Amino acid sequence: MENVPPAVIEADNLHKTYSGTVAVDGIRFSVRKGEIYGFLGPNGAGKTTTMKMITCISPRSSGSLTVLGMDPEEHPAEIKARLGVVPQETNLDPDFSCHANLTTYARYFDIPPETAEKKADELLEFVQLQDKRDAPVDKLSGGMKRRLILARALVNAPEILILDEPTIGLDPQARHLIWDRLKLLRAQGNTVVLTTHYLDEAARLCDRLVIMDNGKILIEGAPADLVLEHVGKEIVEVEKNDEIAACIRTMNVPFEIFGDTIQIITQNAHETARILLDQCRPKKLLTRPATLEDLFLKLTGRSLREGA
Amino acid sequence: MKELIVLPRVTRRALMVWHRNLVVFLRTWKVNFFPPFIEAFLYLSAIGLGIGTYVGSIDTIPYVNSIAPAILAISVMNSAFFECTYSSFVRMYYQKSFDAMIATPLSIEDVIAGELLWGATRSVMYVTIMLPVLAAFNVISLPFSLLAIPLAFLGGMMFAGLGMCFTAITPGIDTLNYPAFLYITPMTLFSGTFFPLGILPQVIQYVAVILFPLTHLTAAMRMCTLPAFSWTVGYSLAYMAVIATVVCLLSINLMKRRLII
Repeated sequence: MENVPPAVIEADNLHKTYSGTVAVDGIRFSVRKGEIYGFLGPNGAGKTTTMKMITCISPRSSGSLTVLGMDPEEHPAEIKARLGVVPQETNLDPDFSCHANLTTYARYFDIPPETAEKKADELLEFVQLQDKRDAPVDKLSGGMKRRLILARALVNAPEILILDEPTIGLDPQARHLIWDRLKLLRAQGNTVVLTTHYLDEAARLCDRLVIMDNGKILIEGAPADLVLEHVGKEIVEVEKNDEIAACIRTMNVPFEIFGDTIQIITQNAHETARILLDQCRPKKLLTRPATLEDLFLKLTGRSLREGA
Repeated sequence: MKELIVLPRVTRRALMVWHRNLVVFLRTWKVNFFPPFIEAFLYLSAIGLGIGTYVGSIDTIPYVNSIAPAILAISVMNSAFFECTYSSFVRMYYQKSFDAMIATPLSIEDVIAGELLWGATRSVMYVTIMLPVLAAFNVISLPFSLLAIPLAFLGGMMFAGLGMCFTAITPGIDTLNYPAFLYITPMTLFSGTFFPLGILPQVIQYVAVILFPLTHLTAAMRMCTLPAFSWTVGYSLAYMAVIATVVCLLSINLMKRRLII
């Protein structure tokens, strides 16, 4: 049998209902020690609610949940002492400088002031904010604030890092820095749980992930395996017009029409493209590997999600 | 409703929240320590010496000596009440500080308890700064007036709790103006502060004694600063202890209901 690391978060039949609305509807998952585990899903899928239950902020309605072997309802302080949380909203303390934000936060974890001072400087360097050490937080750019929040989540050297949309609204440089740091943390043996809308981020970072919609988990697994299994290997895209659509129908291959493009899923894009060019003569043709985005849209549909 | 009458689990971590507020306060201490000085001067000169010149004395006590304890009591009320309404609301709603804190081992109960303690601490600081000014004007007697400091803590907890109850149920920061103007302002005027309650209609006297906690704080303060103790201080202290306990516990539960969903 394969040597699977122990689970650090386990949920079974987990439910959360807010004043009549079901936000999380009987989900089951387990996060293993040392992996980066992702929660994907459209707005209102229940990702943030799930994070809030894991971080002992929101009590569950029913089902079971254990974090580091403990029940969040019975041992919230013990669990939270070993978690690092990066919330979706920026909630740095505007009354303090960057460095003081970290030391003040460290105090809530009962970390002695001398240790906290040193740790804060290390962490500022880790997220490359050492130049902003004494700057007030309202002088920071959006990307700097997210990096400072990441540093803050690490003051207690957490065993599990929980991030809710860690790179939302960041420029590519800042996103890459955060990704690098998360990979580095994983390399040091930490467990990372994150939610994201960015499918490239999930594909790049996550060892395993779930896709959620309407409070339910639709699928769980390693991103590449999931794409291969549920979408296919490669995709050929051609511009849609009636002639080409008719032509493709005669080829007897599976295809789908999205707006003004036709997608053909195939095991061999080159071969399919060659036949297509020969027989249907499309003006534009594109071959590419199937991605998580294809899987995501296949599972959650293409309609726009309102609210949340 | 049941969740509002349970005993909240508060731990010593509440002091960490208190400490955070203290650090911020001390960093701008010059700005923060100035108002109590000025306020004592202004009240004493305008009302005490100004109006006092015409009033002369109330029940043989010089008018300015009679309102000195009221100035202390009103300061206790204002510093705790406004700290735990507008300031706490800003930290909760705009700065999201409570959200950040409860992601650490702190619970929401700890956070609110820390805020309440801090509100009462503001009251104690205010009174402690005002006392030397009043003593310099020779309108309070020492050493009994030093009892105003522990009284400020009790009164501070009471008004901090009251304020926090409003903060827990207010939809936005603007609606906090209602308790400020409809409750705090009349209470400031009709709690036996600037004139004795006895000259008011019986109904208003009942309202003041039952619904205006400032009445009891002012009465107790006055007994300390004159000094003129009477057994009725027992009533006032008991009233304040009960109200302080009830509103502090209720405000924690209300806040939990608001923030933990």
